[in-house]
Amino acid sequence: MSDALNIIQDPTLTYHQQLLALARLGESTDHMLRYSDAYYEAKKRGALCDLNEGAMPYRPRYICPDYELLFRKGCQFLGLEPPKDLLEAVNALEIFYCHVPSITSFPVYLGDLDRLLEPFVLKEDRAYAKKVLGLFLRNIDRVQTDSFVHADIGPEDSVTARLLLELTEEMQLAIPNLTLRYDPEKTGEDFALACVKCMLKTAKPSFANHRMFCKEWGERYAIASCYNGLSIGGGGYTLPRLRLYECALGATSVEDFLSRELPRHIDLQLEYMDKRVKFIVEESSFFKTSFLVTEGFVKRENFTGMFGVVGLAECCNHLLGITDKKKGFGMNEKATALGLRIMDAIEARVAAHEAPYCEAYGHRYRLHAQVGIDSDGMDDSPGTRIPIGVEPTMLEQLEVNEKFHPYFPTGTGDIFKFEETWLKTPDAILAIIQGALENGLRYFSGYLENNDVVRVTGYLVKKSEIEKLRAKKQSLNNVTVFGMGAQDGGHALDRRVQHYDESAGQ
Amino acid sequence: MPSTGEFSTMMRAPVNKIIPFSNVDGPGNRTAVFFQGCPFNCLFCHNPETIRLCQSCGACVESCPAKALSFAADGQLFWDSAACVQCDACIKRCPYDASPRVRWMSVEELLSDIRRSAPYIAGITTSGGECTQYNEFLIELFTEVQKLGKSCLIDSNGSFDFARDPRVLAVCDGVMLDVKAVSPAWSKELLSHPPRLVLKNLDYLLCVGKLQELRTVILPGRDRENEETVRYVAARIGEACPYKIIRYRPYGVRERYQKLLGELETEADYAERYADLARSLGATKAYVI
Repeated sequence: MSDALNIIQDPTLTYHQQLLALARLGESTDHMLRYSDAYYEAKKRGALCDLNEGAMPYRPRYICPDYELLFRKGCQFLGLEPPKDLLEAVNALEIFYCHVPSITSFPVYLGDLDRLLEPFVLKEDRAYAKKVLGLFLRNIDRVQTDSFVHADIGPEDSVTARLLLELTEEMQLAIPNLTLRYDPEKTGEDFALACVKCMLKTAKPSFANHRMFCKEWGERYAIASCYNGLSIGGGGYTLPRLRLYECALGATSVEDFLSRELPRHIDLQLEYMDKRVKFIVEESSFFKTSFLVTEGFVKRENFTGMFGVVGLAECCNHLLGITDKKKGFGMNEKATALGLRIMDAIEARVAAHEAPYCEAYGHRYRLHAQVGIDSDGMDDSPGTRIPIGVEPTMLEQLEVNEKFHPYFPTGTGDIFKFEETWLKTPDAILAIIQGALENGLRYFSGYLENNDVVRVTGYLVKKSEIEKLRAKKQSLNNVTVFGMGAQDGGHALDRRVQHYDESAGQ
Repeated sequence: MPSTGEFSTMMRAPVNKIIPFSNVDGPGNRTAVFFQGCPFNCLFCHNPETIRLCQSCGACVESCPAKALSFAADGQLFWDSAACVQCDACIKRCPYDASPRVRWMSVEELLSDIRRSAPYIAGITTSGGECTQYNEFLIELFTEVQKLGKSCLIDSNGSFDFARDPRVLAVCDGVMLDVKAVSPAWSKELLSHPPRLVLKNLDYLLCVGKLQELRTVILPGRDRENEETVRYVAARIGEACPYKIIRYRPYGVRERYQKLLGELETEADYAERYADLARSLGATKAYVI
């Protein structure tokens, strides 16, 4: 049976999902963009992965438009005037979102919604504003049907942010993903606690280390897709991944890996990125003709490439001959120390490489700890995470995370699953988050174990939607199928639960 | 006791368990330290392996599937924490309501664990067993923990006379006290101790403003005893502190006592009646857990 016929006959795909699958299939038939033989060899071995970005890129992977510009000047191409009230504002955004491309064809960054909408919300009474924002969220969930769609709030409290939290809790939707930019000096205790409660019940928002991101990107940064740090008015061209476990399989020793195999694979990935970035900029029409560029919603020089890694844990365990994961990376100082050496080496080599068309970042790519894809199975844990199933205590897990998170300006994060009693003590969770961010954690996500909406590896799905797919029914959310794969292959929903066997009191 | 700042290096206390992050041992996120040994023998104790100290009888050695238990040269039982798989076979086998999985720690050793969790916690809570048995140790420990800017709470059964030796209260932020029984006969039956000192502590802690929280376990079907205890406590604490009405749960309770007290947990509705009673008597912060 042909690939096209498979797609056309698949009962679990919606029409729109079929259309996207057919587009990907079409793109894969042209191989004008060529890489070296060594690159293809490494890709075949599974040491390099292009995340199925497609053979002929016709847009950057992630685009983070400057929505403030839309509100200030309107958009000529879409025929939008600067909005004058809340209805016009959300309507303008809803229209604009449909014209922001990405690797998924959905907008991965929806804007800092509280900052954008607050002036309009303040002009309305609360109940009316809530009604409008509720419809806005419903529109996003049903039209932008992909969990990599991401909105940001904070660091300051606002009426809009509070309404969005209330609605998020009431509506229990997987889309959009949501991040609180947290700064202990700007984010009030009460607002932060409201975010913790919402996070437990809906798996969002996650907490981003605002100070850390500001140092690297300036104030105008976006958290997009899963947890990608990027510039507002810019974005990320491409995101390939070193699969570090497979990179290590050909090494005869730790030193051999660090001196030969690792640099070789880094260079191959850089080759891929350079060629791809040049193709997107020089060959495809996006940066020449898209209204996003010509009207200034994004600037090419604000884009960079995201240099991804996965499987650091398995790489370290393999190189040290550790076969019992319970005694490996995350629980073993030697393995963790090796992980730091490897990351230092990756960071230095990527920093030494002059990247094309990355002017805003000193002509450099930036590192990203990729969250994994369903086909990774248990071979490569996401980014630098400790493998699921052998997580140590939360304290130890945070301590390891805090060492690795600073390497990744374009994003990393970890997820913690809590049992019900934590809902009664959001202050306890906030204290943990505050301590962790202070100690260098970049990004914290959490959820309650019994939720329907859960965070898989970085994105959100509904468990009830996964069950629909299992029953051969369609799920409107394009990402549900990834959630099912990650659950089956990577046990991504089985992470350690933070519970407490109550010892006191009886 | 050393006079200033220095630790008496010889002082050690038996620690059964340290939980770096606990959200149920006082306000906020806390590191909970459970000491071994308790002067009471409550029938409903749900971690009875913390009641007594190890006798080095060796009954558990054979039960260990991980070969983590052995005799040291001095004849004392040795527990290899790295080999232990936490299967609990040893504590089930123990004829003394003790545990071989206990570390005799110095203040400095304990502090190094607490320093690790310090960035993430509001403070520490010492519990047990009964931590006040190691009063001198607690005084040193709390003095140091307070220097880290962290609060120190004691979880106590009320068997230590705080009024007679107030030094530990001076370096502690509050006490979470259990009042399990008030009538002498019931107290004797349930705790194997008279209630006098517990009730004296209740009054004293209230008087000096160090009562952080009060707890009473509600047993299924014990109408008279439950009511008597709740009435006594509620009338005294008023709005001074939260009053936790704890539902009895058979989990972890020794089998012979489960038969005596009940093999089912206390119904939520039944426990709510006592929370209502407590509130009607002025203990406005009473709630069921």
